[in-house]
Amino acid sequence: MTSPTEATAGGKPALVEARGVGKFYGNVPALTDVSTAVRAGRVTCVLGDNGAGKSTLIKILSGVHRHDRGELLVDGAAVSFSGPREALDAGIATVHQDLAMVPLMPIWRNFFLGSELSRGRGPLRRLDVAAMRATTRAELLRMGIDLRDVDQPVGTLSGGERQSVAIARAVHLGARVLILDEPTAALGVRQAGVVLRYVARARELGLGVVFITHNPHHAYPVGDRFLLLSRGRSLGEYGREEIDRAELTRLMAGGSELDELAHELDRG
Amino acid sequence: MAGTTTSPAPAPAAGVPRAPLRVRVLRRPEVGALVAALAVFLFFSLATDAFLTPRGVASWLESAALFGIMAVAVSMLMIGGEFDLSTGVMVGSTGLLTGVLATHAGVNLWIAVLASLAAALAVGFLNGLMVTRTGLPSFIVTLGTFFILQGLNLALTKAVTGQVAVQGMTQVAGFWDARWLFGSSMAVGPAVLDVPILWWVLFTALCTWVLLRTRAGNWIFAVGGDAKSARQTGVPVVRTKIGLFMTTAFAGWLVGMLSLFGTTTVQASTGVGVEFVYIICAVVGGCLLTGGVGSALGGALGALIYGMAYQGIVFAGWDNNWLKAFLGAMLLAAVVVNTYVRRRAETAGAASTEHTDPADGGGPAEGGERG
Repeated sequence: MTSPTEATAGGKPALVEARGVGKFYGNVPALTDVSTAVRAGRVTCVLGDNGAGKSTLIKILSGVHRHDRGELLVDGAAVSFSGPREALDAGIATVHQDLAMVPLMPIWRNFFLGSELSRGRGPLRRLDVAAMRATTRAELLRMGIDLRDVDQPVGTLSGGERQSVAIARAVHLGARVLILDEPTAALGVRQAGVVLRYVARARELGLGVVFITHNPHHAYPVGDRFLLLSRGRSLGEYGREEIDRAELTRLMAGGSELDELAHELDRG
Repeated sequence: MAGTTTSPAPAPAAGVPRAPLRVRVLRRPEVGALVAALAVFLFFSLATDAFLTPRGVASWLESAALFGIMAVAVSMLMIGGEFDLSTGVMVGSTGLLTGVLATHAGVNLWIAVLASLAAALAVGFLNGLMVTRTGLPSFIVTLGTFFILQGLNLALTKAVTGQVAVQGMTQVAGFWDARWLFGSSMAVGPAVLDVPILWWVLFTALCTWVLLRTRAGNWIFAVGGDAKSARQTGVPVVRTKIGLFMTTAFAGWLVGMLSLFGTTTVQASTGVGVEFVYIICAVVGGCLLTGGVGSALGGALGALIYGMAYQGIVFAGWDNNWLKAFLGAMLLAAVVVNTYVRRRAETAGAASTEHTDPADGGGPAEGGERG
């Protein structure tokens, strides 16, 4: 286990750091005293069962909710986001489970949706289609995604490919910190593998990644640090060298539920 | 666009592969309407003598033009995921308002024309505001607007003029100038084409450009395809939708002016019942009722099919009740085709994720990939 102060070790402050943050909904504590740090080129996995507080933590990091307790720091300076736009301006991009994509629209139109490139002025101001198509293609290739045809509707892509396009979009729009909300939850094993490869790729590109999942088998291959949550509290944050996959699984499942989970996992 | 001096196609586009032409053509929503329009054209060209004569062509183009302007606007709205039943009656309202202001209130004709434009845009704005603020289906909201306008058209026209139509437009100062703009004809080769056809072509071109080549067009597809995703990416959903309702109201005003100055009179019942024809034209043109798919050109083609069938049936000497049966059949065929195409577009991805084999078990194979 590491103490919060270790997050700032090594000179440079973390991209984003939470120090003992907490959140109440009315009188109900949704999150209590959680600390973690996200560094460039590192993947922080947030693990926990349903209701563990994962969503609340993301919402605080992505500016949807404001924390009531503790401190949130970006590049070492305390912040309090008043909305997702502010978090985005600070370089914190969130890829939600529903991906914010329009299935019937072409990939390149989705890629630039809400941030379209234009050229010309006045009434002749128009979309710079050539540049958008070229950029989409280039950004996807940079993430290692080779889609033959950027004109095809997003709906024709597989679940993993769609996630990957969403990740590439966030990276292109200037994300330094990428929050991935259960990107592998709805996917089959092979598709989940595809997404994990892009998580690794984002890390190689120097982004700080927050990877939310309830599957330790998805977290372990790509994670550098593992934050375990249970019922709104931290069960501790571990470095990769401090914990192995079996221990991670055991901690996540916790006590009596372990047998059931082990049984479930053994079937494969 | 004509008149553009900037050189198109910068260098980076060269490296982006495109799907084969065949695939790209088939992906266009108006392909079905184009094929159907060609079939209808060939059929009446062969089945009747009058259809291909200059006068015949002018007559079905003219029929198509007035419906086409509205169908294009309704298509845009439908792509944006909404519906407007007050479109037909808007034609009557704007024509009546202009006529009554000019003939009974002594208002300058051009001011009357602009006043009815302002009124139409206000109704469109209110339609959009109510739909976006209440979250009610636009079907219900615009059904209300439809009945309000229909009632006002009859009641106010009767109260002010004592009749159910506007008379005496030709005596109003400036009528012939306005008629030049909205109701004249011109010789094009052997045919005499009415000016509404020109308006139709211009409006279709403008809407096509907006849809495919502007940010607003991108937003229209997005709000119709998935409003939640659109909002998450920062698209101004409310503004886009209100703009679309104002566009259909504008088209209603334009058709109202074309009718008023083309025929010199407007009945208080003008436009009632044709709102469904516009919707049929849009759907036949490839618009999806649930939004997100369609084109302005498709709506125009839908109206062209309607115009050709309307006049073709007259030329063939058939009972014109066949027109309705034909329209209904076209609508059903179009809906089936559109639904099939959309399902293919939306579920192809889901189908490919199903190929994953759960028997692979355990964790992902990437376990040892870390460097």
